[in-house]
Amino acid sequence: MKKEITVKINGEKRKIEVRPTEILLDVLRDTLGLKSPKCGCGRGDCGTCAVLLNGKSVKSCLVLAIEVDKQEVTTLEGLMNDGLLEVQEKMLEGNSFQCGFCAPGFVVMSHELLEENPKPTKEEIKEALSGNLCRCTGYTPILEAVEKTCGCKE
Amino acid sequence: MTIINDFDYIRPTNLKEVFKLLNQNKLAKLLAGGTDLIGNLKEEMVKPKLIIDIKSIKGLNKIKYAQNELFIGALVTFDDLIHSKVIMNKCPVVMEMAKTVASKAIRNRATMVGNICSAVPCMDSGAILHVYEASVVVSDGKKKWDVPVKKWFKGPRKTILKKNEMVMGVKLAIPKGNHSGVYMKLGRYKGEDLAQATCAVIMSKKEGVKISFGSVAPTPVRAITIEKFLKNNLLNDQTIAEIKKMVENEISPIDDIRASKEYRIHMVKVMLERSLKIAHERLNGAGVVYGTNHL
Repeated sequence: MKKEITVKINGEKRKIEVRPTEILLDVLRDTLGLKSPKCGCGRGDCGTCAVLLNGKSVKSCLVLAIEVDKQEVTTLEGLMNDGLLEVQEKMLEGNSFQCGFCAPGFVVMSHELLEENPKPTKEEIKEALSGNLCRCTGYTPILEAVEKTCGCKE
Repeated sequence: MTIINDFDYIRPTNLKEVFKLLNQNKLAKLLAGGTDLIGNLKEEMVKPKLIIDIKSIKGLNKIKYAQNELFIGALVTFDDLIHSKVIMNKCPVVMEMAKTVASKAIRNRATMVGNICSAVPCMDSGAILHVYEASVVVSDGKKKWDVPVKKWFKGPRKTILKKNEMVMGVKLAIPKGNHSGVYMKLGRYKGEDLAQATCAVIMSKKEGVKISFGSVAPTPVRAITIEKFLKNNLLNDQTIAEIKKMVENEISPIDDIRASKEYRIHMVKVMLERSLKIAHERLNGAGVVYGTNHL
């Protein structure tokens, strides 16, 4: 049976109907048309479905849509309301991605890191992004883009 | 991946309602962070008829310290443990453990109490709770009682918790006077991985050394024989060699996708030696800062 929930999505209050068994990722993509979070593994291993829930990153494949009733969800679309983020500019400059499937997850995680810790070390950047998989690049250009954004040295 | 099994969802705002629902529904499951439960629902390892989300219940997200006892509430996440000032002051090794759990987006959601309720053998919290001789605070709505952690785990994914009961939190016994601790987690690579073996040690002048291993037996194990041996013997090359021999009697690892039995046994010995040395240094005010990855 469907239930109505109220969610603030990317700054906008929305009322949507969900079944208790529906996964947040599926509702974001299929009901709301927000296609930046993607399903890579569906079990919390790959990080490509990362979104912010009340400002903190979660793997949206491991959250029930009904759990976010009266909460605030931000996807990469919402983070880009004012255009590209600085870290995205650096990723573009450094050609950080190839296929790009994992990119939204990496951007969301980088954004959260730089909000919580504007001057992370290289090790802290690696740790913050360690829950995200990329099968194309070998990670170096992604990590370099974040390093350039925060001007970190060691 | 979709969830095929159908269930209803309720998010109560008080405990009374939680216990009423638990008593009325034999096939109910409690939901906190959900990082294990949602995966298990997808894979049909559990098929509840009702999900009771406890995240709106006030007061369960507290970390409190009083008289050498640290209480960690059922909704405290691993990310909370990493950023808690109380933990940093009283038992920073709990933070060191929390930092090794999965990755940021999981730690933001996953709770320590959920970790010990899932009771997967490779859990990170088990060994730490053992060395702090923790108790699990259980309630059935009428009364609350403490279960010593050594009686909590019954086997892989099995605890003594009954269907009408809920865990309110865990209590850690913090040693009197100064103490130090070390947590080591062996994985296949740095970054997000489940443990191949874990080792937790705490050391204090008054209460001696406490040692526990995880991921190398069906449940986390406390190495009592080694602890007793260390009461009467100082740490040196010779005693460390003897301790390493004793490790084999304390653990019973299996071969699996993450490591072989032999590798696990060998590495637990290495980890214990390093942990004891670092714990000793830390007790004397030296040693690497807490939160360091030791392997």
